[in-house]
Amino acid sequence: MIELGQHWEFIALAYGGTALAVLAAIAWTCIDAERTKAHLKVLEAARAARETR
Amino acid sequence: MSEVKQTHSEPGWFTRLAHPGLFLGWSRHIVIPLAGLSTIAFAIGLYLAFWGSPADYQMGDTVRMMYVHVPAAWLSQFCYALMFASAIGTLVWRHPMADVSQKAAAPLGALFTALALFTGALWGRPTWGTYWEWDGRMTSTLVLLLIYLGIIALWRAFDDQLKAARIVAVFTLIGAVNIPIIKFSVDWWHTLHQPASVFRLDGPTIAPEILTPLLAMTLAFSLLFMLLHLVRMRTEVRKRRVRSLELAQARAAKGARP
Amino acid sequence: MKGLKAILLRDLRLGLRQGGDLLTLLLLFISVGILVPFAIGPDTPLLARLAPAIVWVAALLAQLLTHDRLFRADFEDGSLIAFHHAAIPLEAIVLAKLAIHWILTGLPLMAATPFLAVMLGMDMTMLGRALFALLLGTPALSAFVALSASVTVGLKRGGLVAPVLILPLTLPVLIFGAGMMGDDTFGAASQAGLFLAALSLASVALTPFAAALALRVSGE
Repeated sequence: MIELGQHWEFIALAYGGTALAVLAAIAWTCIDAERTKAHLKVLEAARAARETR
Repeated sequence: MSEVKQTHSEPGWFTRLAHPGLFLGWSRHIVIPLAGLSTIAFAIGLYLAFWGSPADYQMGDTVRMMYVHVPAAWLSQFCYALMFASAIGTLVWRHPMADVSQKAAAPLGALFTALALFTGALWGRPTWGTYWEWDGRMTSTLVLLLIYLGIIALWRAFDDQLKAARIVAVFTLIGAVNIPIIKFSVDWWHTLHQPASVFRLDGPTIAPEILTPLLAMTLAFSLLFMLLHLVRMRTEVRKRRVRSLELAQARAAKGARP
Repeated sequence: MKGLKAILLRDLRLGLRQGGDLLTLLLLFISVGILVPFAIGPDTPLLARLAPAIVWVAALLAQLLTHDRLFRADFEDGSLIAFHHAAIPLEAIVLAKLAIHWILTGLPLMAATPFLAVMLGMDMTMLGRALFALLLGTPALSAFVALSASVTVGLKRGGLVAPVLILPLTLPVLIFGAGMMGDDTFGAASQAGLFLAALSLASVALTPFAAALALRVSGE
């Protein structure tokens, strides 16, 4: 690991916090996308069932 | 599969490209390459930020915090510009994709503005000796965060998303006119209360060995922003379709269907 | 022109008839001003130093909480839709309503300021500057309140969103308003007064267009 000098904890916290926030945003975006996709699939199947009836 | 929405269908290529149904089609092929590109850009950017660049002769290693702080600050303003452009698209052309773009961008803007403040505070502690300085730049960024949060609150307050888009667009334009005034007033206020004791970024020119990782990280963050924005837009288009299907289902369940 | 005058008089009459609103506004303004000394303690020199800030925050809060009165009633009883189709442009109607809002909120606040001045230990020159600052700044506050009111008029639960939206935008008014009552050794206070006047003029001139746009969207 490289030497970060006397203020390494600030640098680590800045990068760590940013990484955490960005990863959380990515995770949330993916989960939201998948959930919506699944929900849409259910609804479209229901509509198809309604229309063939 | 794709349900046709009622839009004014001019036969231009742009309109066809931006049609919600077609958008889902072509944007699918962009998500994975964009994700790959931003991963590579982050790998290069992080390498340059930690191993490929020297410590600053004045700030030492704390200069490395700049490589996350500046991209976040850049995105906080870029995102507002994007929302401004989308707001004009909403008001002038009433394009549904402009509505979707506005809505998808607001939380991202809030996120990156918050990150800019967070990293700025952490950078400020070793360089200025304080987490928070009421200086013009930081204070206007804080106000920008409040504006983003207000816009999100406004989105959430509406049930009718079509009306919400146009109202939020009006407010986004109002905010765009006001942000320079706020910046000016905050700068005036700061010089009034604290005469020139603050560290200034625009003093010395930035050395090229610092500029390279800075540009690489800015590119990486921008790619990530575009990726997240695109995926969120796709989700939002789907959410609108979910909503209309749910309404249709409710109507069918009641037997009130024509 | 005649129609505009009719709207002006109608709004003025309606506003004055609901005397309770006026009382609430003044009570709010004075209560905020009185709460601060309780929070800080009866330290007269400190209070006198903080007086400009207290007066401005109180005025800001009092005016913000009156946003419902601008367009809400007209939206609910359908007058707003009639205004859309009126011979007078909607922008002019908004301007008229803005003027009435200032008469019904800005002026009463200025009238109540001497009372706060006594409580907060302001001297006569300070009171004069406070009144002048309020005279220059309250039109801009009214304009911002009109903006947030027009944006949130279609919302049933718009009551809390409006202040949240508009508070960040009123920051320049607060800065220049309080700055105008501050130290004038380097001409900063007079400079603030000029900025405040410019801000008021610009926001009163531009608000009718933005607010009318928002009202049109809300009325669709």
